[in-house]
Amino acid sequence: MGFGSLKRYLVILPPFIWLGLFFLIPFFVVLQVSLSDPALTRPPFTSIFNWNGWWPTEFTGDLENYAFLWSDDLYWRSYLNSLKIAAIGSLVCLVIGYPIAYVIARANARMRNTLLLLVILPFWTSSLLRVYALIGMYSPNGFINSSLSWLGLIDEPLQLMQTDFAVYSGIVLTYLPLMILPLYSTLEKLNTDYMEAASDLGASPLATFWQITLPLSMTGIVAGSLLVFIPSVGEFVIPALLGGPDQLMIGKTLWTEFFNNRDWPVASSVAMVMLAFLVIPMMFLRNTQGAREA
Amino acid sequence: MGKRHPLVLLMAGFGYAILYVPILIMVIYSFNASKLVTVWAGWSTKWYGELLQNGQLADAAWISLSVAFWSATIGIIFGTMVGYALARFRKFRGKLVLNGMATAPIVMPEVVTGLSLLLLFISMESLIGWPAGRGLTTIIIAHATFCMAFVAVVVQSRLSDFDISIEEAAMDLGARQPYIFFAITLPIIMPAIIAGWLLAFTLSFDDLVIASFVSGPGSSTLPIVIFSKVRLGVTPEINALATIIVAVVAIGVILANWLALRSETASKQNHKE
Repeated sequence: MGFGSLKRYLVILPPFIWLGLFFLIPFFVVLQVSLSDPALTRPPFTSIFNWNGWWPTEFTGDLENYAFLWSDDLYWRSYLNSLKIAAIGSLVCLVIGYPIAYVIARANARMRNTLLLLVILPFWTSSLLRVYALIGMYSPNGFINSSLSWLGLIDEPLQLMQTDFAVYSGIVLTYLPLMILPLYSTLEKLNTDYMEAASDLGASPLATFWQITLPLSMTGIVAGSLLVFIPSVGEFVIPALLGGPDQLMIGKTLWTEFFNNRDWPVASSVAMVMLAFLVIPMMFLRNTQGAREA
Repeated sequence: MGKRHPLVLLMAGFGYAILYVPILIMVIYSFNASKLVTVWAGWSTKWYGELLQNGQLADAAWISLSVAFWSATIGIIFGTMVGYALARFRKFRGKLVLNGMATAPIVMPEVVTGLSLLLLFISMESLIGWPAGRGLTTIIIAHATFCMAFVAVVVQSRLSDFDISIEEAAMDLGARQPYIFFAITLPIIMPAIIAGWLLAFTLSFDDLVIASFVSGPGSSTLPIVIFSKVRLGVTPEINALATIIVAVVAIGVILANWLALRSETASKQNHKE
């Protein structure tokens, strides 16, 4: 495009250096800290090398923190529970989001714009505030409990906070728009001739849906599910505000390790293992996006 | 396909209710006269008055606004460069790496991003003495990094949508870069850049987790202050603050949508003429 190679590098280099310094190198710092030991110094970890001036002379790092993660079942349960909550959360978002995406895709132009706007609007609103709004619904003296007791249906407040249910509600409220948008864009492009042909040939609406619409919208389903699943795994705000001690999630465990226990090396190894868990779904997401653009 | 089953409509309505009922109830309770969230004691705007007198929240709001402004601004400059390089430069050394670095911050768990940047800042401080401590600068650096990733994606997809032949025509007529970029490409992708800036601003303004790691004493952003209050339970003041934020966002999004629709219909009419 008429850019000489010097001019090109003027465009490429500044963001390249920025991202290298503030995105790529930090991972190596985390890796390094995860191999060190906690210490009562500032910063609270040991160096993994013995230094002679600018030259490292001896490597003193070890995998002790990773061995600790392996031996203490708190971390295992946090990882597995995060994966479970993210997977079920994505499924719930899919079940709730699909009819919305379907209705938007089949609505007339004017209605479609309004319905789409109603999905995008919460997405632009702070997720912290949306999660906060759920506390107002679920807390023992919140809207649901006070309404039910006013109606005389309950004597004791229901335990809604600090439950799996509260955490799933948080995930749905936070990530539902991310499920609906890719679903909508696949359903909108869908050629309705296939569905008409199926129903002309006598297929029931349900059969048409299961055998035609659903398989044809698989790209949207995969993209939407990954967009919900990936951030849900590392979620901190939702388990911290809506969950209790039983709703272990790895984002919260890392936070506690770092801010409350001040064990930076363990927090770093928790982060490294979390990335290892997420690499596969992330690569998968990149490929589905690539497939959609092609 | 014209037939829409009432059951499908009902399910869609239920989905919308899930998104909106909690927010609506929060908005209603922000006008509750009682300090107790459980008791309805009539309509009142007194919590909005109290909000204005709360210096801590006002300071935090100011910090958040300036962080969001600078992060989004750095984000659109570097993000546009990345998006342009990825969409328009055929092959260059490190294209794959740049592509990976530009998209990965979007899917990275916030706790990992926050922790890794904090450890970087601390290592840099002990090596070269900069950044000295944590504060606005470190939050802006952290936010600008994910902001440029979002802007790069938006700009790249806009550039791959629009016809490269316009730029080629300008080149055939003797125009040179960077003139072509500023005279032709930039005006065409401007809506995408503005949308990217707004998205980046919102994401920065909302971020709690990354800011918690890289902020220092005296640089608590609004989400950090809200989070510390919310942990203790629902308060009418936060209801009022949240209502204001929701209202501003809603007005902004509806206005942007209305402007976009208007320019769309205008360009359609131009085509007809």
